Amino acid sequence: MQLLFERSHAGRRCTILPSCDVQTCELDPSLCRAQAPRLPELSENEISRHYTELAKQTHGVNDGFYPLGSCTMKYNPKVNDEMASLPGFAKVHPLQPEHTAQGCLEALYLADQYFCEITGMDQMTFQPAAGAHGELTGLMLIKAYHEARGDFKRTKILVPDSAHGTNPASATMAGFQVISIPSLENGCVDIDALRQATDENTAGLMLTNPNTVGLFDLNISQITEIVHQAGGLCYYDGANLNAIMGIVRPGDMGFDVVHLNLHKTFSTPHGGGGPGSGAVGCKEILKPFLPAPVVTKDESGYHLCNNLPQSIGAVKEFYGNFLVVIRALTYVLTLGKEGIPEASSNAVLNCNYMMGHLKDVYEMAFDKGCMHEFVMTLEKLKKEKDVSAMDVAKALLDNGIHPPTMYFPLIVHEALMVEPTETEPREVLDHAISVFHKIYETALSDAQILHEMPLHTPVRRLDEVSAARNPKLRFQF
Amino acid sequence: MNIPNNLLYAKSHEWVEEMGDGSFRIGLTDYAQNELGDLVFVNLPQEGDEVEVEAAFGDVESVKAVSDVYSPLSGVVCAVNEELLDHPELINQDAYEAWMIQVNEVSDKEDLLTAEEYEKFLSEEA
Repeated sequence: MQLLFERSHAGRRCTILPSCDVQTCELDPSLCRAQAPRLPELSENEISRHYTELAKQTHGVNDGFYPLGSCTMKYNPKVNDEMASLPGFAKVHPLQPEHTAQGCLEALYLADQYFCEITGMDQMTFQPAAGAHGELTGLMLIKAYHEARGDFKRTKILVPDSAHGTNPASATMAGFQVISIPSLENGCVDIDALRQATDENTAGLMLTNPNTVGLFDLNISQITEIVHQAGGLCYYDGANLNAIMGIVRPGDMGFDVVHLNLHKTFSTPHGGGGPGSGAVGCKEILKPFLPAPVVTKDESGYHLCNNLPQSIGAVKEFYGNFLVVIRALTYVLTLGKEGIPEASSNAVLNCNYMMGHLKDVYEMAFDKGCMHEFVMTLEKLKKEKDVSAMDVAKALLDNGIHPPTMYFPLIVHEALMVEPTETEPREVLDHAISVFHKIYETALSDAQILHEMPLHTPVRRLDEVSAARNPKLRFQF
Repeated sequence: MNIPNNLLYAKSHEWVEEMGDGSFRIGLTDYAQNELGDLVFVNLPQEGDEVEVEAAFGDVESVKAVSDVYSPLSGVVCAVNEELLDHPELINQDAYEAWMIQVNEVSDKEDLLTAEEYEKFLSEEA
C-alpha cells in the first residue's frame, strides 16, 4: 500500500481556515524555519482511507481470537468508552479549579478504593502510564522507603529467572543490582536459592503470581516472609492478575506494592498505543512516598493533596491517563463484587479447557492444571520435524488467529504461551483447538509448507533479522 | 556439533582460548549461537573494565530474546572485538572465530570443561 508521503499532492489540504480577522504580527526571523517541513499534503478523505487501509491489515481483538500470553487481550466493552466520552470526563481541564471538577476527583477516589480492595493495598496512584512505568514507580517507592530509614546498603532486587523482561530492566533503571533467582523443575521459585540470595543488602523481591508459566506458586507466603525477615519489601507484578482478581489479594500474599495493568486486566484499550495505565498500589508504610498529587476526601469534598514532603515526585504530568481510569472503573462497577471473581474463574476455566484439548498432541511445559495461561514447548517438534514455535505462530495467522506469545518465558525452549481470556465463547476455543490440531498434522506430513506460512495475510513472512539489523526508521524522499 | 578440542568451555556456553601470554579470549559456543538464532545486536564491555567469574560481561540479542553472556574468568578486559558491534552475524557465521573479549590479569577461573566434557554436558542437557 502507498504511504501518506506517496499519496501526497502539493497544495492539498484537510481544512480551509476562515480568513484571519485579528491583527497579525511577524515572528522574529531567528525563530522561523528557512524551509517548510516536508509534510504530506492530503485531504481528510484520503487520510481517512489511508488509516482504514492500515486497519484492514491488522489483527485486533475486534477481528478475532487473540490469545497473546501475559497480555490479557480481553474484549473491551463499549460501555467503557461511553462513560469515558461523557463531557464531564472528556472535556475536563487538568488545571481547572478543584471545586469545578468534583465528579472527576470522586471517580479517581472511588477507583482508588476499589483497586485497593481488589489488591489488598492501602492507596493507589494512577500516574504511571504503563506496566513497566508502574514497576519503576513501585521500585522507586521501595528505594525511598529504605533511604528514609537511613538504610543505604540495600542495593539488590531479587527477580526469578522466569520473570517478565521488564522486571530486571525496571530494577536496573531504578538503580538496583538485579539478582536472578532460579526456578525449580516445577516452574516455581527455588526457596533454598531465594533464602541464600536474601541478606541485609536485599531491597526487595519482584514477583508475579501466578507466574509466567501460568502456575500459582503455593509457597508464596513463605517467599514473602523470607524477604520480609531480611528487611526487604515485596513487589507484585500485576500482569497476571486476571487469574485471581476478587479471589486472592496480593496484599494478603504478603506484597507491599503492586502495579496493575488496567489495559490488561481491567479491559481498557491495549496494543497500538493504548494509552495504558500502570496504576500502582502500596501498603501504609509506602504511602508517604507516593507521587503527588493524591486525591483526598473530607467534609468539604474531594481535594488534590500535594503536601507529600517525602514523595518521589511526579512520574507523569497531572493524574496519568485519566480516561483510562474511567474505563477501568466502569468495568469494575459493571462486573461488581460477584462479576469480578467470576471473570477470573472463567479465564482459568477457558485456559484449562484449551490446554486439556491440546495436550494430547502438543507437549506442555508443565503438565498440570494451569491458571489463566499455559505454556507449551515445541522443542521435540523442532528437533524431529524442524517445525519451530515461530512456524506454528505464522500458521495460526493464516487461520485468522493472532499467535500466542513466542519464545517466552526464557526458561522454556520453543515456547508458545497461550492466554485465551474469559471473553471468548466456547466455539471460538473449539475452533482454535481444531486449528492447532490441523497445524500439528501438517507439521508431521508437510513441514515445508509451514516454513512458508503465512500465505493469506496482507504481508507474508517478514524478514525480522534484516529489520532488526538494518532498520529503516524514516521515509526516504 | 562443532566443539574444537583446543578450547575450554563453561556450562553457560562460553568458550575460552588460552592465548599463551597469560591472556584469554572468550566467545559464545556454536551450540549457543544456534540456540539463540540470528543475532542482531551485541553489547560488550570496554577495554580496562573488570570482569568477574559467573557475572555477565555483555549481552547478545536475537529476534527471539536478549541473553546475558557470562564471564568464566575474573580479570581485566585487554581487548574487545569491536567488529561484532556492527556485525553481530559474525557469531552466527563462525562462533569460534568471533571472539568477544580478551582478558588478562586473571585472578579467578571457574571449573571449565574440556571439549569432550562439554559435548557430554550438552547431550545430557538435551
